Amino acid sequence: MNSEHDIPNSSTMRVEVQRYRPELDARPWWQAFDVPYTNDTSVLEALQYIKDELDSSLSFRWSCRMAICGSCGFMINGVPKLGCKSFLRDYGALKIAALDNFPIERDLVADISGFVEKLETVKPYLMREDPSDLDTSVPISRAFNQTPQQLSLYKQFSQCINCGICYAACPQFGRDPEFLGPAALTLAYRYNQDSRDQGKKDRMPLLNAEEGVWGCTFVGYCSEVCPKSVDPAAAINQGKAASAIDYALNLVQLGGDK
Amino acid sequence: MSDLNVGRTTAKEYHRSHEPIVWSLFGAGGMVVAFLMPAVVIFIGFFLSLGLVDNDAVSFERVIGFASSWWGKCYLAILIIPTLYHVAHRIFHGLHDMHVKGPGSLLAILFYGGSTLLSIFVLYLLWGIG
Ligand code: SF4
Ligand code: FES
Repeated sequence: MNSEHDIPNSSTMRVEVQRYRPELDARPWWQAFDVPYTNDTSVLEALQYIKDELDSSLSFRWSCRMAICGSCGFMINGVPKLGCKSFLRDYGALKIAALDNFPIERDLVADISGFVEKLETVKPYLMREDPSDLDTSVPISRAFNQTPQQLSLYKQFSQCINCGICYAACPQFGRDPEFLGPAALTLAYRYNQDSRDQGKKDRMPLLNAEEGVWGCTFVGYCSEVCPKSVDPAAAINQGKAASAIDYALNLVQLGGDK
Repeated sequence: MSDLNVGRTTAKEYHRSHEPIVWSLFGAGGMVVAFLMPAVVIFIGFFLSLGLVDNDAVSFERVIGFASSWWGKCYLAILIIPTLYHVAHRIFHGLHDMHVKGPGSLLAILFYGGSTLLSIFVLYLLWGIG
């Protein structure tokens, strides 16, 4: 891992990193480093180089190094991206900061607890009217088969890695932190679309709210930055159609909630 | 943001938004603008102005005859009214995105009320023709 850092004659890049140590700093500030890099050095590796070789006090989150754990989201030159999926070769100079729209815990570590709480709020799990269907204490007695068509209704929306990058991109979330936001609304829609699920009526009140799909003005930047091509803006807009139908049904007392 | 739950003793309550009403009108307007408006633009903007169709095709008598028939009235109402709501909705949310907001719901009343008044006016005019 360190070997590529030691390649002689490799070029170096000026990397500015936003620092914020709550016990020392009144406000975030920028610290500059010169980082050697090669063709395959990722932004995450650049940060690791800084921590290993230049300033061990730098804090940032990471785990998988392969765009699947969702923990290395940063603002890279003002654009929210995964550090492990961005490469120095694509930049002339770098400015790395914690994800926008979240409080900063320390340095590049954004406090995403509000985001995680929103993901929980939408009940992102299969629900059945008969709870014995999901009873894990007895051996599974039947399969809930799904056709490829049924799978295709939600497959794309189930690729989310909960990185929060779409929240850093969303101007509505930036203005109103109560907005459930792209990933949580996509997740709710994903379970509503799953033929095995029967919990739609529990999730519709969330989608139907101003803090739900109606808080979105279809800016679409979330879909542009999503590293997994989930297209949350599409899920939210399909959710708007579902919510409008729910509204009409409720109006003529045929369903929906209060 | 991180402390959504701090000091919150009960779960947050979510209330149904009435946005579906204006959003449905906005959607209907979008369909009209996408499917009907191009024909209108091409006919008036290109065919007529380039002289590709005879000017008599849009003589006063023919146009008033069209607008007097019940299907002509329907067509004009469908062409104009949802489009008004579409435009109002888009500008209203565009202003929100640009951080322009009036006191209370003034802007909402202005845009949706305005398109409602204009719609009534259009119906009144169509009613009076022929
Ligand atoms: S929808 Fe995309 S950007 Fe948003 S949390 Fe999921 S993977 Fe990340
Ligand atoms: S380290 Fe896991 S997504 Fe980047």
